[in-house]
Amino acid sequence: MGHTLGEAFALLASLDSRLLQVVGLSLRVSLSALALGTLLGLPLGAWLAVSRFRGRGAAIVAINALMGLPSVVVGVLVYLLLSRSGPFGGFGLLFSPAAMVAAQTVLVVPLIAAVSRQIVEEAWRDYAPELSLIGLSRWQSAFLLLADCRFALSVATLAGLGRAMSEVGAVMIVGGNIDGYTRVMTTAIALETSKGDLALAIALGLVLMAVILALNAAAYGLRAWAGRRYG
Amino acid sequence: MASAFRTLIAALLLAAGLPALAQDALVVASTTSTEQSGLFSWLLPKFEAATGIRVRVVAVGTGQAIDIGRRGDADVLLVHDRAAEDKFVADGWGIARRDVMVNDFVVVGPRDDPAGVRSVRGAAQALQRIDAARQGFVSRGDKSGTHAAELRLWKEAGIDPKRSPGYKEAGAGMGPTLNLAAAINAYTVADRATWAAFKNRQQLDLVLAGDPALFNPYGVIPVNPARHPHVKKEAAERFAQWLTSPAGQEAIAAFRADGQPVFFPNAR
Amino acid sequence: MFPLRIAGLAFAPNGKAVLDGVDLELSGEGITVVLGPNGAGKTVLLRLLAGLLPAGRGRLDWGGAALPSGRLAMVFQQPMVLRLSVWANVEFALRPQALSPAERRRRTARVLERVGLAERSRDSARLLSGGERQRLALARAWAVAPRLLLLDEPTASLDPGATEAVERIVREIRTDGAKILMTTHNLGQATRLADDIVFLAAGRVQEHGPANAFFARPQSAAARAYLQGELPWRLPFAR
Repeated sequence: MGHTLGEAFALLASLDSRLLQVVGLSLRVSLSALALGTLLGLPLGAWLAVSRFRGRGAAIVAINALMGLPSVVVGVLVYLLLSRSGPFGGFGLLFSPAAMVAAQTVLVVPLIAAVSRQIVEEAWRDYAPELSLIGLSRWQSAFLLLADCRFALSVATLAGLGRAMSEVGAVMIVGGNIDGYTRVMTTAIALETSKGDLALAIALGLVLMAVILALNAAAYGLRAWAGRRYG
Repeated sequence: MASAFRTLIAALLLAAGLPALAQDALVVASTTSTEQSGLFSWLLPKFEAATGIRVRVVAVGTGQAIDIGRRGDADVLLVHDRAAEDKFVADGWGIARRDVMVNDFVVVGPRDDPAGVRSVRGAAQALQRIDAARQGFVSRGDKSGTHAAELRLWKEAGIDPKRSPGYKEAGAGMGPTLNLAAAINAYTVADRATWAAFKNRQQLDLVLAGDPALFNPYGVIPVNPARHPHVKKEAAERFAQWLTSPAGQEAIAAFRADGQPVFFPNAR
Repeated sequence: MFPLRIAGLAFAPNGKAVLDGVDLELSGEGITVVLGPNGAGKTVLLRLLAGLLPAGRGRLDWGGAALPSGRLAMVFQQPMVLRLSVWANVEFALRPQALSPAERRRRTARVLERVGLAERSRDSARLLSGGERQRLALARAWAVAPRLLLLDEPTASLDPGATEAVERIVREIRTDGAKILMTTHNLGQATRLADDIVFLAAGRVQEHGPANAFFARPQSAAARAYLQGELPWRLPFAR
């Protein structure tokens, strides 16, 4: 183990362009999926928080359960949808970064929706009388509370980012782990492990952890600054 | 502040740069052995230089590669399971299978060889020895070309592998299967290319090679454009032609994994 | 919507009567202050009028019309302060009204000016002091040009200076033509602001009359006891 770690650090010191390309694609795919997932997940979560309808409880349970949806299952479903023989085959998206973004978006939306539902519902409980007296519609209330809770909601976004960056099952299946095109950090780690090149796998794992750590640190700093600035 | 929030989201989207949607490269569905041994990173730059065609390789087990071809998600296959390949062509999914190269399977196992495999010549006998000595054996168990070859050898040996005391199925690619065999110090059948490039050997060693029953032929099959009109049929055909041309065959012959040749061109 | 007639209004969640048959008639002008000990049902009365609670029994007659939406505003004891700018905290309340964006901006600017928060309109509302928050809530209510404004202990935890500022704003809103119904425990405030007093105890209206008459000669025993219990607090040397 110690020997493997040493080798891993030596590899990191020689950061080459192919490694940087893999890291870059990971960020591009996961941040795109995160952006899409946030755009879909936050309104969905906020709407669930402020709405009252039959089956709302079931919808919340379903969204919460989908947080634990295995990424391979999502991978296979998106694969079948995007395959040339599937309903969206005409776009020819399978084995492309776009397919990976689609799969990760599916993974991230329930997570962001579930966490934001929780956060917005707490604010809604406090503010519901005033908001309903002012006469805001459900959607107006939902977006107002999203704006109000935006710093707390960074937790939802970070959870989504963690899920997207760390998952391997879905991107492996729908991206195909194509060298130089759809190979991201997690699939590269899986590949190097299966080749028995554990040092390289660990080096990539260290890069992945460093990237996730850096993104979280940036989000924490932003939130601390916002807390001082906006109260 | 709300507008700043919106700007942030917009900036995030731009920075992430939604990937281009168009796919203009040739998609080859192939096996883990060709990808992981490094053969493709050796061959593809030469092919791209010769033809200007960009290639993307999806490396999976032969069974899945053939399924990808059947669904029309790849333009051409380079796989190694003769029976499945012939069925793929007979069913009309592929056209004109051509021989490209062979590599061979090897039997690897514990360095001290407790089953005594080193003293036999044939692979079937080796499996009989492993079974009789109640030694561990790790099977791919993933419907890959290697798995199919392995099952043929068990059949030849007259043994139902599921009843062999040390038999385990990894249900995984060649690399993970070798990792598992190394971890529990068991025998396994590997393609020579992956074995040559494999780094986490621990106590494993090559114990048997050279039996003609272990030869492993690779074929190239363009996906039938009559079934899937969107496939890049010219590019696929040029890929198949180049692999079987003198230039492609020489490139294959010149490839080395871990210092030794592992693929032997056999196009006619 | 006026005169507002309330007849036999009751509210008894889980069988426990909070309001037990309230009869009241409110005219369309002036400031009505609701007094009464803790637990008398003052806040519940305001919330029933706002339509935030379903009345168990009784009738509200808004001059023959339904509960008027958009013409009724309420300021809560702990007003909602969103983590947005002071400006946005007022402006959003105008969204449900059929107003042009320019008119929304004009009204927002005007009420912020009148409550003395114009200079702070770009600041985060969460950084406001307690008194400023209450003024912000008043501005939000004022912006919709309410016909009826409900205030639930608007100066409960404010210092004298902030209380004075709130009272000045309340008077201005009345001058603008809003009927104001408010609760308070500050008797000095009640004498300064009230045109008429509603005295509520044990879920019923004990007295309703002009403020001067109420403070000079409270009619009910409950009101006398309440005023005596409270007066020494207001006039510590008057024992």
